[in-house]
Amino acid sequence: MWDSSSAGNLQDDDMIEVTNLTKAYGETLAVDNLSFRVQPGIVTGFLGPNGAGKSTTMRMILGLDAPTSGTATVDGRDLANHDLPLTSLGFLLEAGAVHPSRSAFDHLRALAVTNGISTARVDHVLDLVGLGDVAKRRSGGFSLGMGQRLGIAAALLGDPEVVMLDEPVNGLDPEGILWIRHLLQDLAKEGRTVFVSSHLMSEMELMAEHFVIIGQGRLIEDISADELRSMASGETTQVRSDQIDDLVSLMRGDQVTITSQERGLVSVRGLTSTEIGVLARDNGIALASLVPEQRSLEEVFMALTHDSVQYHGTTRAGLAA
Amino acid sequence: MTTATISTATATPAAASATRSSHETGPKPTVVRRTAWAIRSEWIKFWTVRSTSVTLIAAGLATIAFGMIFSAVADSDAATGPAAFLTNPVDVALGGIGLAEMIIGVVGVLVVAGEYSTGLIRTTFAAVGSRTRVILSKAAVVAASVFAVSIAAAAGAIVFGQAVYAGSEATVALVDTLDVLFGTAVYLTGVALIGVALGFILRSTAAGIGTLVGAVFIGPNLLSLLPDSITDLFLKYLPSEAGSAMMSQVSTSDQLSTGAAYGVFVAWVIALLGVAAILVQRRDA
Repeated sequence: MWDSSSAGNLQDDDMIEVTNLTKAYGETLAVDNLSFRVQPGIVTGFLGPNGAGKSTTMRMILGLDAPTSGTATVDGRDLANHDLPLTSLGFLLEAGAVHPSRSAFDHLRALAVTNGISTARVDHVLDLVGLGDVAKRRSGGFSLGMGQRLGIAAALLGDPEVVMLDEPVNGLDPEGILWIRHLLQDLAKEGRTVFVSSHLMSEMELMAEHFVIIGQGRLIEDISADELRSMASGETTQVRSDQIDDLVSLMRGDQVTITSQERGLVSVRGLTSTEIGVLARDNGIALASLVPEQRSLEEVFMALTHDSVQYHGTTRAGLAA
Repeated sequence: MTTATISTATATPAAASATRSSHETGPKPTVVRRTAWAIRSEWIKFWTVRSTSVTLIAAGLATIAFGMIFSAVADSDAATGPAAFLTNPVDVALGGIGLAEMIIGVVGVLVVAGEYSTGLIRTTFAAVGSRTRVILSKAAVVAASVFAVSIAAAAGAIVFGQAVYAGSEATVALVDTLDVLFGTAVYLTGVALIGVALGFILRSTAAGIGTLVGAVFIGPNLLSLLPDSITDLFLKYLPSEAGSAMMSQVSTSDQLSTGAAYGVFVAWVIALLGVAAILVQRRDA
């Protein structure tokens, strides 16, 4: 695995740099004063609920949408100012962005030639994504997963320093998800910058070493996977005791939140399970159980983005009818 | 529907770097080079999709077929047949242009609006780097393809049409119709480019085709029902009417002169492409 501590020394090599980026559609701010940098050598996950502004941000990095204010640069320049854009930044925006009656081979050939990329390279990336055997067929007959693979092949055409993929895991089967995880991690190991969006933490947590998490267009966290995992552990501790009232009065403090769930059981935030155990022992209180609550990254992500989710569903309404 | 399956990708991603850095050491590509690449890309796209390539060829063949049919029946019933309003044998032979211009205009719309409907246009813009270059490249490929097919189709219609001509007028040799051939090809090319411009302006196949057929082809016919005192002022300046003047050796009094017709028609095409370029540059893709 990559030693993430060394990634911190690569500040000057930031390949994607988003600075105070804002995109307004009328009164609505799709992207709101967003700033982050994406470093080479690791996979960076770009996470947020649907409608958080991930795709809009990516379109601005690609120079397709004009920012209302702020900048988004690739290797220090607007992508449009790169001589061979596909060799600087390979991208996947929408997997279905292929004329259905054109073959995968012709689609990639037409794209490759815009940057002077050879037909040999087209054959190479088609084999790389596993579409070599169906390259001459109409792409309209492709499954969603095959469409994703074709989009990834297009992103790799220019052998780019930066790879940016919008929801590449959508529609892939488990084998395909495993494949893309290894592909992206290997690309990162080669020193490339890999920036991948998703609305599902479960897709990203095994793939990414760094996360840029946004909600309603605003930055929520710009955080390494290790830091995020530390947020996931030991925040809350479940304590069960016959003398719970005595213990609660001892635990009370400014930074401590105690909630009672049932008789004899409380959950405590603000104290570690070790601190609670020591407190109980020193005061002669017997504990029935002391359980640090381990949250999944998914739960941490949900908690972080909860306030910014636009459409909340409910698991109860309607089921009773 | 194909039932293609994906073969398991066994190649390791490390293979991705096999050709790495091969293009980083090359000389900086010039604007001319990049424009040539963009045109080649559009050429590949145009001729690898049936809705554009086959339709264009079909329009050419239809022009020849209708030319022969109209020529063969030119004198059979002068009161109701084509000869009732087309007495010149060359005009009769080119009677199929009225259909071809619609099909070819639609091809122009499809080349652009088709890319908007799939989202491919965003990939194209980002890969090429300059939106104006994308517009010019598409226009160049459509113009070259349509011009070549139109010249061949018009020549075929005249040659085969004269061979089967049944009317009373003297037939005309191909070499005496070069001005008509050229005018026809320029007109059809221009119509295709108006389609391209409408595709970029409206970004939708349905809206593009609707506007093309309604405003360019049907609109002038409706307007011609207005009193002459009004239509005389502007009708002859519309693209379709200027086109008629370019395509016929027999000019009528309410038409522009051939030279003025070329000028007006080319101005329309350039103006619409210019509007497209400005809008595309300003809007989010």
